[in-house]
Amino acid sequence: MRTVFKTSYDTDIDLHEHWFRRGRYLALLVFMMSLPFWADEYFLAEATNTLIWSLAGMGLMVLVGHTGQPSLGHAAFLSIGAYTDVALMNAGVPFLVSFPIAGIFAGVVGAIVAIPAVRMSGIYLAIATLALFVIVEEIVILLEPITGGVGGLFAPAIEIFGIPFERYAYLGNFYWLVLAVVVIICWGYANLMRSPTGRSFLAVRDSEVSARALGINVTRTRALAFGLSAGVTGLAGALMGHFIGFFNYELFSIFISINLLLVVTIGGLGFIQGAFLGAVLITAVPQVIAILRDGLNATAGIDLGAIPGLDTIIFSLLLIVFIIYEPQGLYGRWLKIRTWFEIFPLARRDMFRRQKSYLKTERSK
Amino acid sequence: MDFLQLLVGGVANGCIYGLVALGFVLIYKSSEGVNFAQGDMMMLGAFLALGFGNADQLGLPFGVAVLAAMAAMFGVGYGIDRVVVRKIFGQPHFALVILTIALGFVLRFVAGSLFGYTPLVLETPFSGRNLNFGGVIVGLNDLVTIFVTLILTLALWGFFARTRIGLAAQAASQNQMAAYIVGVPVMRVNSLIWGLSGVVATVAGVLYASKGAIDPNIGLLGIKAFAAAVIGGMGSLPGALLGGLIIGIIEPIAGRYAPGEVAVMSPYIIMLIVLVTRPGGLFAQIHAKKV
Repeated sequence: MRTVFKTSYDTDIDLHEHWFRRGRYLALLVFMMSLPFWADEYFLAEATNTLIWSLAGMGLMVLVGHTGQPSLGHAAFLSIGAYTDVALMNAGVPFLVSFPIAGIFAGVVGAIVAIPAVRMSGIYLAIATLALFVIVEEIVILLEPITGGVGGLFAPAIEIFGIPFERYAYLGNFYWLVLAVVVIICWGYANLMRSPTGRSFLAVRDSEVSARALGINVTRTRALAFGLSAGVTGLAGALMGHFIGFFNYELFSIFISINLLLVVTIGGLGFIQGAFLGAVLITAVPQVIAILRDGLNATAGIDLGAIPGLDTIIFSLLLIVFIIYEPQGLYGRWLKIRTWFEIFPLARRDMFRRQKSYLKTERSK
Repeated sequence: MDFLQLLVGGVANGCIYGLVALGFVLIYKSSEGVNFAQGDMMMLGAFLALGFGNADQLGLPFGVAVLAAMAAMFGVGYGIDRVVVRKIFGQPHFALVILTIALGFVLRFVAGSLFGYTPLVLETPFSGRNLNFGGVIVGLNDLVTIFVTLILTLALWGFFARTRIGLAAQAASQNQMAAYIVGVPVMRVNSLIWGLSGVVATVAGVLYASKGAIDPNIGLLGIKAFAAAVIGGMGSLPGALLGGLIIGIIEPIAGRYAPGEVAVMSPYIIMLIVLVTRPGGLFAQIHAKKV
């Protein structure tokens, strides 16, 4: 166990408690940056996909994990981001401009939707986002001249200052681009969470009534969280569009929204790291199943391919198991294990016990 | 005449949305939770009735098959609450939302494995027959749907307003601790209500199946029924039925006079309008939180 001796108030709110932790993240960053030099194309494409999912996961994490607002329609913001980016690029706007605009536009739409939606609480907000998702999907089909309608459209190749970032020919460059976006957003996110704004998100999550009593404008805080979340998700959507290359409205289905929820719940609600762990899980599991399927088919003659929807059912069961036994997700489990080792042999079972509450509503009949 | 025809079909459709919405409302009334698997429970109920009743399956008489399916779905609903939902008793509602979404996928997988993914037709004694009322053609199945929905809504209303279990369920949702203190077995009541919502889902499923073929993905209808429940105000039985009717009537009319995409959007647009203007739904029962 390491004791941190705090000599200034700033140490208290530092991103990392001590240099060992900071070093670990730097090492991870260096490792991730070195990937295109030695990894093969298949692995690199998977890594890019994982990074894009973690970006979208971070977007949802602000809302679900840190502000406590459920959303079942985040695929809508992915789709807004992707279509805005491609539409602008098709109109001749360079990627360096169209990409931030895509994020800002998704964020503005999110914030506008949020203004009526944040008056509702919990479950109603989830439903409103679900409705938003259906409406956005249909609008995409209606706006055929811009979005290509049902037929879909090609995402143009990215070029920044003459350097190509095309997804197939220059996958390494594209990977670095995605990595850079993810690192910048992640850094901003971590810093946001130690600013007054981030703290007010947490206050709204933990108790709306107390937050209001402390002078936090709950409506504005929620709308801001919603806007930020939609913006980051929009950026992820733009990158996803470029990664897939050719897409139509079906890429952003309701299942994507649910997969995103899976990312944040299994990863660990309320931890930035959780978004990454969840993204790794959700992109790795289908690959593992595919490998297992081929292996079983070749060795034991068991044809798992004959069972349709195997991926979905595995995800669903995982989700159920996590919700019941480990609501803190993968990162929460890791924290428990780490704490157990750090304070060995002083760990007690009840250290992480969840507090249960009795339900009480203001319903009159 | 054209309009009247649309209206009749819309009312019958709306009744089915309303029935699924009743299932939502039941669970919401008793535990303040929302069961996103309700649409999939409806789907499973329809498939079970098909499995018991169709000639190429078990071949039981229609009435017996439906009763058997209702009994089986009571077990499924009760079991889901007993085995899974009770484990997260006392956790935030959001956990239940995610849990039931996952459960919906599990139910869909179960139905798909048992009955396959190709659309199947449930054999009912009242499908395919039409009655003619002065130019307006009404399917016998539509009449049965409307009739059954009215009876079921009245029965459920009576259940919550008059019976001990119904009152206990409402008490459990309003204040769990107080309900415990006065001797309500909160968890058992919840399980019963889940079973009951399985039964309602089966009725909805059978009536839905009388209109055409069913496949494991019809559970997505649940999202629309959900909009109905929200329009009526979660927690209000007549509200759910009214919401279902509003959606059922507006959808075909929008489809007739506007592009198809607008018809698909219409339930959700109505829902958003209701949520913005009356956040608690038409029959609101929730009031602002007081400190």
